[in-house]
Amino acid sequence: MRETPLHQRHREAGARLVPFAGWEMPVQYMGIREEHQAVRTAAGVFDVSHMGEVESSGPGALDFLQRVLSNDVAKIPVGGAQYSLLCREDGGVLDDLFTYRLGEQRYLTVTNAANHERDFEWMAAHGDGFDVEVADRHADYAMLALQGPDARAIAATLVEGRLPARMTCAAMEVAGVTALVAGTGYTGEDGLELLLPPDGAVAVWDALLAAGAVPVGLGARDTLRLEVCFHLYGNELSEQRDPVTSGLGWCCKEETGFIGAETVARVRAEGAAEQLVAFTMPAGGIAREGNPVAGGGVVTSGTMSPSLGVGAGMAYVPADRAEPGTEIEIDVRGRIRGAEIVTKPLYRREESQ
Amino acid sequence: MSSPETYPDELLYHPEHDWARIEDREATFGITWYAQNQLGEIVFVDGAKIGDDLKQGEPYVELESVKAVSEVIAPLSGRIVAVNEAAAEEPDSVNRSPYEQGWLVRVALTDPAERDALLSSAAYRELIA
Repeated sequence: MRETPLHQRHREAGARLVPFAGWEMPVQYMGIREEHQAVRTAAGVFDVSHMGEVESSGPGALDFLQRVLSNDVAKIPVGGAQYSLLCREDGGVLDDLFTYRLGEQRYLTVTNAANHERDFEWMAAHGDGFDVEVADRHADYAMLALQGPDARAIAATLVEGRLPARMTCAAMEVAGVTALVAGTGYTGEDGLELLLPPDGAVAVWDALLAAGAVPVGLGARDTLRLEVCFHLYGNELSEQRDPVTSGLGWCCKEETGFIGAETVARVRAEGAAEQLVAFTMPAGGIAREGNPVAGGGVVTSGTMSPSLGVGAGMAYVPADRAEPGTEIEIDVRGRIRGAEIVTKPLYRREESQ
Repeated sequence: MSSPETYPDELLYHPEHDWARIEDREATFGITWYAQNQLGEIVFVDGAKIGDDLKQGEPYVELESVKAVSEVIAPLSGRIVAVNEAAAEEPDSVNRSPYEQGWLVRVALTDPAERDALLSSAAYRELIA
């Protein structure tokens, strides 16, 4: 089992550690609901060092990434960030990833822990014919996510100069450690993600906690992302479904000629047979991943939503029964439970004026 | 959210982390402090109805935390005569008070001799140590 540089810190904080994608990771510290609320109302910090990094550099880096990533990589300015998918020829989704443009010819792509090795091998294998160097940088980075309405104020006490705006990134010193700081996250709240040298991770973690962030585990990371209907690879995304069916047609730009573009174009034209919807269960019950939907379909993620106070989740259902307001029935371990399809996201933070 | 760790002497314990408070031919069931601590904050209690027949060692109710669902095992056989509706309405009472407010069901026992298979507080504490 692999351990992040913060493993000892997690133990000391009384975290419950569980195996996750080959890593021993903290699932919770105080309790999922408390940690969830801390991120919605103040600020929390997550150790996400299990996530991987692949660097693409060289004169052909842009052309290479246009071929392997679904989005229009040419749109990322230096210091920008972009969400995209890695697809097979048949449109099956290999991963969803953020790519940061570090320089004119340098890009860093963040992978999901469980997919990192496959992603790197896939990318390296498709580098032939491009003037690009594709490097596995997983061992070179620890990663922290600082999220919540107070995240920027907390980070501001540890840096000189301006923090990067949403969807941008910058190299800067954080508590004396040179970090790549990005205005991105996975919680629906304002916040930052920090890519750090592993030997600097403890110093930055300690500084963030001292400045008022509370440690948050993977349990609350899941409930937070589910409330804002962000996809989780392995739940909403897999090689079995194409991007359009998965509700991610918006980050596919077929004109770039990426691997999988033909499938995306076809499904877009023909219309997907299924649609990914959000649902709530106001009459009670909690559906879980894998529970079948009556009449066709399956729950991909389900939990008790800490913000809504009811069971909630996402499911694939037939496209002709995917309208918000539609009542569905879910087989929860043999018991039929009512649910209602609702507009995504399940939770939206109040925009400050 | 949770109470101090205790395992009252007057209760009998099933190794699957359940307790029974036996009073003549009836008993009250619930989960132990250890079980609620393992589950984390309980957010949903479901499945038990008055009149259900329970069999020792078999599941009779589900407790859900945010993250996962767990089945609760009946420590003794019998028929449910009462269900703790207050625990269904405030599931975290099972965390706060696993032996008092957080009881789950009351059962008319069909085979009181089954109690011989249950553990004392001391034996249960040894099991989880």
